[in-house]
Amino acid sequence: MADVQKIEPDSVFAKAVKEGLLAGALAFGLFFLIVGFRTDQNIRNELVLNQRWGLLAIFVLVAAIGRFLLTAYITPWSEARSKNKRAAVEKEQSAFRKSFPKIGLGLLLIYPFLVILILWAYNGSIMGGLQGSLKYVDNFGIQILIYVMLAWGLNIVVGLAGLLDLGYVAFYAVGAYSYALLSTHFGLSFWLLLPMAGIFAALWGIMLGFPVLRLRGDYLAIVTLAFGEIIRLVLINWTVVTKGTFGISGIAKATLFGIPFTPGPTGFAALLGLPNSGVYYKIFLYYLILLLALLTAWVTIRLRRMPIGRAWEALREDEIACRSLGINTTTTKLTAFATGAMFGGFAGSFFAARQGFVSPESFVFLESAIILAIVVLGGMGSLVGIAIAAAVMIGGTELLRELEFLKRIFGPDFTPELYRMLLFGLAMIVVMVWKPRGFVGNREPSAFLHKRKMVSSEFTKEGHG
Amino acid sequence: MEYFIQQSINGLTLGSIYGLIAIGYTMVYGIIGMINFAHGDVFMLGAFMAMIVFLALTTFIGGVPVVLALLLMMIVAMLLTGLWSWTIERLAYRPLRGSFRLAPLITAIGMSIALSNFVQVTQGPRNKPIPPLVNGGITIYGTNITVAYKQMVIMFVTVILLAAFWYLVNKTTLGRAQRSCEQDRKMAALLGIDVDKTISMTFVMGAMLAAVAGTLYLMFYGVISFTDGFTPGVKAFTAAVLGGIGSLPGAVVGGLLIGLIEALWSAYFSIDYKDVAAFSILAIVLIFLPSGILGRPEVEKV
Repeated sequence: MADVQKIEPDSVFAKAVKEGLLAGALAFGLFFLIVGFRTDQNIRNELVLNQRWGLLAIFVLVAAIGRFLLTAYITPWSEARSKNKRAAVEKEQSAFRKSFPKIGLGLLLIYPFLVILILWAYNGSIMGGLQGSLKYVDNFGIQILIYVMLAWGLNIVVGLAGLLDLGYVAFYAVGAYSYALLSTHFGLSFWLLLPMAGIFAALWGIMLGFPVLRLRGDYLAIVTLAFGEIIRLVLINWTVVTKGTFGISGIAKATLFGIPFTPGPTGFAALLGLPNSGVYYKIFLYYLILLLALLTAWVTIRLRRMPIGRAWEALREDEIACRSLGINTTTTKLTAFATGAMFGGFAGSFFAARQGFVSPESFVFLESAIILAIVVLGGMGSLVGIAIAAAVMIGGTELLRELEFLKRIFGPDFTPELYRMLLFGLAMIVVMVWKPRGFVGNREPSAFLHKRKMVSSEFTKEGHG
Repeated sequence: MEYFIQQSINGLTLGSIYGLIAIGYTMVYGIIGMINFAHGDVFMLGAFMAMIVFLALTTFIGGVPVVLALLLMMIVAMLLTGLWSWTIERLAYRPLRGSFRLAPLITAIGMSIALSNFVQVTQGPRNKPIPPLVNGGITIYGTNITVAYKQMVIMFVTVILLAAFWYLVNKTTLGRAQRSCEQDRKMAALLGIDVDKTISMTFVMGAMLAAVAGTLYLMFYGVISFTDGFTPGVKAFTAAVLGGIGSLPGAVVGGLLIGLIEALWSAYFSIDYKDVAAFSILAIVLIFLPSGILGRPEVEKV
């Protein structure tokens, strides 16, 4: 930075001032109406304008000063830094990075007990530890793992087979509603319905896959989006079966080898002589979803080594070459859809068992978008990267619920929850611009000659199938 | 028959709005091959701008003639929404140009989430109703078919804009630059066309049409909310794909078709399933015509 300024001290500064002013003017134009005025209903339900020039001034100043600092200091600094960095030799992967999957898995396995122990030590009583851990196991552990599993499932379709699916949430919905309906009407148990939900979702995957076999790229994307919307709209409007927007409530919980997680004498806590608490069910659910997610990962890893997995990856790289080598692209595409959908169905039935309530509200397009974003942000095809992306994006937005202290700064009217999705959207943009190839930008090759070299995802094609 | 014609008129009105939005999708797709998912929310933003302009007019000036008010709403919404779109392209899409294909799609989805939530945060989550701007209509002589004046305004504005747009794309230097970028971006750059500027202008033009669509939507329904970007956006995108993505006449034809399907389906079958009908027809058309109605079939180069 220093020498850059020595060469042309005035010009950088002058340029920064000019760009800062321009950014300020631009921000004024952008936010003049939408921030400068706020429309509110008055008592007669008419809209009235409230003026907020102070807030507008803050927006403009932030844009101007931010742009000024960026041009004057941050850009020269980062340029100088990247120049120095380029000289440095590329390092071998560190031991931590190499064994990261194992460390992460170990941490996941002990996570609920770790939380309980920490909270036990913090609160000084076992009950405090148990009750306090509810939030962390449920909101963070289970919530993140559901998305990890969904993203791993979608990864089979998008990351391996290269089929861009914007309606993945439809299969999640199929799984959730199959469990909800079959368990409330026929009283079937979770363990019977879990595989059934997967099979139903897989069948739907094949059914929806058939018509789109000929479509490629963005046409495929829009048709899958349309299917996702169709399933949601049917769930909303077919009120006789699905009860519409009211949803289905009172769905039976899952049991552990027939032992229910109820407070009664036959319940899990009473049988093991433990104090009554809702946390056992949550911990059980945590391990269940962990198991399901690991199953997804295991199947993905195994399938990648099997002919079908090789065919998927060949399809992703070049459909024409794939076809001319005699691979049946129809079955290859359909198996990808079906396998991906099956895991979506598993996750869906788990979701229904966890919530005890399903409604079409949970299966909007936004969910598909979030799952796809996790897959891409994780670096397409890298299981570890996807898990990291899910933890960062979902965990991050869950953390925003906890930011009560912000109320003390911005006043009691401030609700951090409102900003959750705004920040989620901005984070998607920032991460993508900063690291277009996702968090983990390289992956292990499926097939290799002599030596297993990491493949940069720069070389991975996608979404052409 | 009268009922059918009446419903067709309603459908064409709705279809005009979809068509105007669809042009933005199809132009951007034609030039940089990207689904601009945030376009639906740009449309919603345009409608919000128009609403605020309308309120500012009634609050600060009082009674303004309807024609003048509508014109002002449209012009201000067009300018500001164009500015938004320019900024969005500059900040979120341009850094990713030349990156792999899914990257700009993800930023576009992120931008869509961010835009709708930004409007929610700054303007509040409630619906924003405005008093009706254009009232009344005419009954066609000897029949029961009525055409509301606001429907006539929508069709009139759409036709004018499409004519202006056709002129812009086919007869001006900017239009020629756009068409050349669409064919071969690298070659266009070699021939001295400022590709970045052309792409920016494409985004701005698409956003301006979306802003007009937003103003017309606001005038027609009299209400707007921050979630209103998604469904019209998806429908318009459906229209663009139905007509053949990348084809400008296709976008208009697709928009009108989607509008017609929706109106006729709600009239004769069930209003609850109108979106299902629109999406199903999209799927069916694409199965038989994989590149849309007016789209060029994709040539596979080996």
